[in-house]
Amino acid sequence: MNINKPSGANEPAVRADQLPRRKPAKITAVDWQILDAAARQRLQEFGVDEGVAIELMHSGPMGGDPLALRIGRMVVAVRRAQAAAIRVKVNEAS
Amino acid sequence: MTATPLVALVGNPNAGKTSLFNALTGARQKVGNYPGVTVERKIGRWTAGDGFTVDLIDLPGTYSLDPRSPDEAVTRNVVMGKQAGERRPDVILAVVDATNLDNHLRFILQLKALGLPLVVALNMIDLAERDALVIDTARLEERLGVPVIPTVAVRKRGLAEIAATVSQLLADRHSPEPLLTSAADEADEAAHDPAAVRELQREAREIAAYATLSEGQARRWSHALDGLTLHPVLGPILLALILFVMFQAVFAWAEAPMAMIDGMVVFLQNQVAAVLPGGWLRSLLVDGVLAGVGAVVVFLPQIIILFFFILLLEQSGYMVRAAFLMDRIMARVGLTGRGFIPLLSSFACAVPGIMATRTIEDPKDRLTTILIAPLMTCSARLPVYAVIIAAFIPDRSVGFGIGLQGLTLFALYLSGIVGALVAAFVLRRTVTKGVSHGFLMEMPKYQLPRLRDLLLGLWQRAWIFLRRAGTIILASTMVLWLLLSFPKPPADADRPALDYSVAGQIAHGLAVVLKPIGFNEEISLALIPAMAAREVAVSALGTVYSLQGNEDAVSQSLVDRLRGAWPLPTALAFLAWFVFAPQCISTLAITRRETNSWRWPAFMLAYLFALAYVAAGVTFWSATALGL
Repeated sequence: MNINKPSGANEPAVRADQLPRRKPAKITAVDWQILDAAARQRLQEFGVDEGVAIELMHSGPMGGDPLALRIGRMVVAVRRAQAAAIRVKVNEAS
Repeated sequence: MTATPLVALVGNPNAGKTSLFNALTGARQKVGNYPGVTVERKIGRWTAGDGFTVDLIDLPGTYSLDPRSPDEAVTRNVVMGKQAGERRPDVILAVVDATNLDNHLRFILQLKALGLPLVVALNMIDLAERDALVIDTARLEERLGVPVIPTVAVRKRGLAEIAATVSQLLADRHSPEPLLTSAADEADEAAHDPAAVRELQREAREIAAYATLSEGQARRWSHALDGLTLHPVLGPILLALILFVMFQAVFAWAEAPMAMIDGMVVFLQNQVAAVLPGGWLRSLLVDGVLAGVGAVVVFLPQIIILFFFILLLEQSGYMVRAAFLMDRIMARVGLTGRGFIPLLSSFACAVPGIMATRTIEDPKDRLTTILIAPLMTCSARLPVYAVIIAAFIPDRSVGFGIGLQGLTLFALYLSGIVGALVAAFVLRRTVTKGVSHGFLMEMPKYQLPRLRDLLLGLWQRAWIFLRRAGTIILASTMVLWLLLSFPKPPADADRPALDYSVAGQIAHGLAVVLKPIGFNEEISLALIPAMAAREVAVSALGTVYSLQGNEDAVSQSLVDRLRGAWPLPTALAFLAWFVFAPQCISTLAITRRETNSWRWPAFMLAYLFALAYVAAGVTFWSATALGL
């Protein structure tokens, strides 16, 4: 399946809210500063960090918000606005 | 020290903490509140062989020691020995979900830094095994430096080993340690430092990777089920179906037990009336205490059934999915999916609904949810709706097998929901203005609910409800009885005795205000005792129209009497009034407690009465204009 942003050295990373469904990916970076303190803390507690596995499992029924993201072994509900802070890269092999 | 040792049970939400607590303590639990805060305090006696007896305290689930909600703050304060009204625990028993190690271990590392003796229960090890996830307990112990015991709380596996380990730690402890406070302060500081938290998270992941021998297949069942429950089309349909079944059950199943309770109250009233001579004491007991408390206790079956479903949905893990599906709608009015759960409870009664808002982290989000909770049609409105609908709405079909009476009831429910959404929308832009913090919620794996946990949860809810009926409601009905009974009418009275009472005189004043919206003096009078609880309006109307006979006869003939006495626009206005009116002292009392100020219950009272007045007025005027 075609992923809109193939990996490349200078390629801008895909954001978690742009992830295709059921494509395992890895977190490459997190823009912590665009999140408010509460969201930052919760996402950290959910294990969001560079190098952690991430996958879009489901999106909400109306307008595709919120998202159900698998982070490591845990699934969390996150709104698109917060998911946008997470930069990801889809795994090659999948 | 001779006091029974205190063991604190802590863990991330969804780690199976409550199941472990129930398995260890059985039914020997006490539910109370921490002084000054409205967080539930659950404590139980945990006994095992060899004379092992400790007090086990079930602390609210939290992800870290940096609290974001009042619940989480209690957990932090207790383990740090800073919670008023609680001793510092002697041992911490931390529960981790074996299938979610990398995440839960960070909290363990934070707890370990506190310096208290710590035991880790590696819970749900059976689910890990089912997922072919292999964890080496010895490696975990080696890296964490604390005892780790595999458990399956719901099957009581590993409980004896935990007791043995805790008992060993208690024997080893040298009390009191002066170093602990500084360790706690340091741990506290580290918990607030984002960089330190991320560092800890990395360490946790690294330990988890070291102890995990085989990754296995992550949560295949849960993911498959989510495919259905979170499906963009099927998901909402399933949710609607579940809610439909739930409400059907609340009304259908509760009918028989409610009639029984009602019968018992009448029986007691007759007994008291037969034994006591006529006089103020008999009147107080029969008309005040039994009628007032009975009118509330009669809703116990509905509350139990509703909570049965809510606990079932919560324990199975479905509730979070419902919140997920509802988040978008809630976001439109400035709330989040989290608010859906308390609002759902409010359909039984706003009091437990408002108590359930404690899980909402954002204070403004929480306050808004509290303020709109009374707009959900609680079961106390039903008797009022039932009588008025029976009297004024013709029992005929509007086609497709839908009855006009049922449709009216549905419209009343819908008005409440729409009213709540509009109110939230306005409140979030005015009174509770502020940025939304978004919706972040863990979606736990599905689990088969356990009968024991379900029954214990139900028992606790029922007990809280009954205790309230025996205290606040008992007191307020007695006050109302006083207002309704005194002063006594003069000997040559030509009007009903009620007219002469304090309440009657207040009603005269009220009638002036309520006349423009079509309410007559009888309604004004009935609204006063209905402040205690909405359903009292029905029996009050019965009294005002000076009817006699047992309760069934009252509502029977009340329907006929109302039909003759009220024009249709007045009846419709009365229904509209009850959709919005804050006629419930208990709701205001719980709002006072949960918001810790008189400001918000006062605001709630004012805004809901204003809404009720306008709604009843608009209904009355337009119905009159339409010539109904």
